[in-house]
Amino acid sequence: MNNPTRGFKLRTAIFSVFTLLLGLLSTPAMAAYPERPITLIVPWGAGGGTDATGRMIASLLEPELGQPVNVVNRTGGSGVVGHSAIATAKPDGYTIGVATVEIGMMHWAGLTELTGKDYTPIALYNYDAAGFQVRADSPWESVNDAVEAIKADPGKHKSSGTGQGGIWHLAMAGMLNTAGVSPDASPWVPSKGAAPGLQELAAGGVDIVTCSIVEAAALIDAGKVKALAVMDTERNGAFPEVPTLVEAADLDWQMAAWRGLAGPKGMPDDVTAKLTEAFEKVWNSAEFQEFMKGRGFGLVWKPGAEFSEWMDNSDAALGEVMQAVGLAK
Amino acid sequence: MDVIIQAFGLVFQPYVLGVMLLAAIFGLFVGSIPGLTATMATALLVPFTFFMDPVPAIACIVTTVAMAIFAGDIPGALLRIPGTPASAAYCDEAYALTQKGKAELALGTSLVCAVIGGVIGSAVLALTAPMLAEFAIQFSSFEYFWLACLGLSCAVIISTGSTLKGVVSLLIGLFISTIGIDITAGHPRFTFGSVEMMGGISFIPAMIGMFAISELIRFMVASDQPRSVPQQSITNVFRGIGSVLKQYKKNVFRGGSLGAIIGILPGAGADIAAWIAYATSKRFSKNREKFGTGHVEGLVDSGTANNAGLAGAWVPAIVFGIPGDSITAIVIGVLYMKGMNPGPTVFLQQPELIYAVFIAFFLANLALLPLGFLAIRLSRQILRVPRRVLMPVILMFCIVGSFAINNTVFGVSIMLVMGVLAYFMEENGFPVAPTILGIVLGTMLEDNFMSSMIKADGELSGFFSRPIAATLGVIVILLWMVPLVRAVISGINKFQVRPDH
Repeated sequence: MNNPTRGFKLRTAIFSVFTLLLGLLSTPAMAAYPERPITLIVPWGAGGGTDATGRMIASLLEPELGQPVNVVNRTGGSGVVGHSAIATAKPDGYTIGVATVEIGMMHWAGLTELTGKDYTPIALYNYDAAGFQVRADSPWESVNDAVEAIKADPGKHKSSGTGQGGIWHLAMAGMLNTAGVSPDASPWVPSKGAAPGLQELAAGGVDIVTCSIVEAAALIDAGKVKALAVMDTERNGAFPEVPTLVEAADLDWQMAAWRGLAGPKGMPDDVTAKLTEAFEKVWNSAEFQEFMKGRGFGLVWKPGAEFSEWMDNSDAALGEVMQAVGLAK
Repeated sequence: MDVIIQAFGLVFQPYVLGVMLLAAIFGLFVGSIPGLTATMATALLVPFTFFMDPVPAIACIVTTVAMAIFAGDIPGALLRIPGTPASAAYCDEAYALTQKGKAELALGTSLVCAVIGGVIGSAVLALTAPMLAEFAIQFSSFEYFWLACLGLSCAVIISTGSTLKGVVSLLIGLFISTIGIDITAGHPRFTFGSVEMMGGISFIPAMIGMFAISELIRFMVASDQPRSVPQQSITNVFRGIGSVLKQYKKNVFRGGSLGAIIGILPGAGADIAAWIAYATSKRFSKNREKFGTGHVEGLVDSGTANNAGLAGAWVPAIVFGIPGDSITAIVIGVLYMKGMNPGPTVFLQQPELIYAVFIAFFLANLALLPLGFLAIRLSRQILRVPRRVLMPVILMFCIVGSFAINNTVFGVSIMLVMGVLAYFMEENGFPVAPTILGIVLGTMLEDNFMSSMIKADGELSGFFSRPIAATLGVIVILLWMVPLVRAVISGINKFQVRPDH
């Protein structure tokens, strides 16, 4: 009972809640950037993976930058609203945001003109490959079984995991395309994200869900769902028994969702450098590493130009598959 | 038994109790400000829970949410601004009670019912979580489609006055829900090229506009003949509650069970539970005509249901990692962070932690009684403020709340437009509650219909192909047939009677 950290923790808790309440009132003045609070835009809703990582980064950036970092959820329009808000903000470093894989998809779908080139890349921090999940009592034991079944009976086996034309839809369509099967052979049932898609899978509404394997972890653990492959070049550390798509079915196809920190185009170099430096410290911190690993998020670090190159490659690859499967406008 | 004693030990520590108290104050504060939702409160807490042990972290969220959902009733009853979407179902009823000078009855009932509902929900969670989760996970888009239909039927029941006008109001709501990018085809609808419109019409600003702004406009228009709220003081919140509970003990039980059952269905949640409970209450009431005029019965059902639904949403979240609502979506993240990975094994690997969470649930709901009482005592000051001072302050809160939901001025525009729309609707005898319900259920109805049609290859028989779906479908169709059959029967009777004349 005489835990010395308890008093400290209680104080932290009290302090935390009060800073929370008073956060909006603080207006200190300093000469160098940042001299006022920073806004971090998350283009997806509170509670999702992007929001969780965004909030974690914001709370860890605060002590590094010495300024409050406020998370703002700008949701809707399949990510268009939030991504536009980041791109069109004043490029002074006081508005940054989390850019997600959808930035390379939305313009192909004709939803916006924005591409990765409209941002100042700070750093890529997360990367999660798609998995190939079926119900635990499914007769399919491998991806080959599934592909054969889809080929034999086009239109019968439905798949789900995200909205129409979303990242996991592309994962499924691209895989079928690589296997020489028409992507329409397994009709896509749009869902509001991975969790409702997995619910459909468990309830017997669909046969395949191609969300990331970490999103399916609880249901795999519960014995309701099994993963047959990951669409990556390497196996996932948390699921070493699940083969890659190349190993499972000799299909050379990878698809992954990613998240990175970015600002509007044309941010001053010193500001970008300061943010990158602070973010690198955050990324390397024990708290961040523990948080990401705890949730099963894949960790990767690609700052500045490397992130830019990553976005370009991702954009081109996504465009190719979207055109191949008829999702591009 | 050892495990339970251990669990008690984990909860009853000064640190955990201190965190819960702070979280309670935070929850009451957030919930009572319109536009700041329980979901937002939870999201704000996440970075702080990271520095806590699993039990205080979860207890912190549980307490905040329970307090916030109740606190949403306070501005709803006193000012006709529902603090959270879960309060919207019975906001008009509570406000009508306030206008009759019975604010303390409205708030007292809300509070006591919230506590009872919370305890029922916690009991359901603690005793039957694994079993109920198996049931919840059987729901596919077919079942959700029928559930949404059932919810829409409520619109007809809850609307006061002309049924036809109620239906028109519902259709307005359904239309509003189609604005934005549709999830099935990814195609923008009614957006006129505006990026903001692509995101759709946010529910919270729409709700604040329809309830609060329309009330403000009415006050402005009628300001030369002041419609003052009867002077009243909230002296004893609990006075008269005993007899209310005695009279409506069946409603408490019904609301609690409905809330718990609807709450465990992922995607349905406490908000929808409150609407369905309110409609059920009215449908089976002996005093149906009194609903909407300040009748406490509906408050009992729906006030119990929404707090019972809160704990229900944790069932699929803990057992299968599938969030029941937006709050548990955040909670799942926290559970992972704390190494309590959701799944049935969490009951085997760390039973003491899970039981501690359940104890925190009970404790949070019981703490609601004294803390909620204090909050009501503080909030009564609002009624003493002259209306001409109060109204601009309300407008300010409405603007802040609408802005805060997405941090965009567009939310404020939605609020104003919806407020003007609601004013004209109400002036012409169209109830606004069905519109709100239409916005809530529209997306659920459409998404699940489209998904079902894709899954069934366009065959409508698919909607009856699964046992639960077929049962729900038959119930809905029967419910819709009743007025028709009645009309036909009375028509036949008339026809048979006529030759006698």
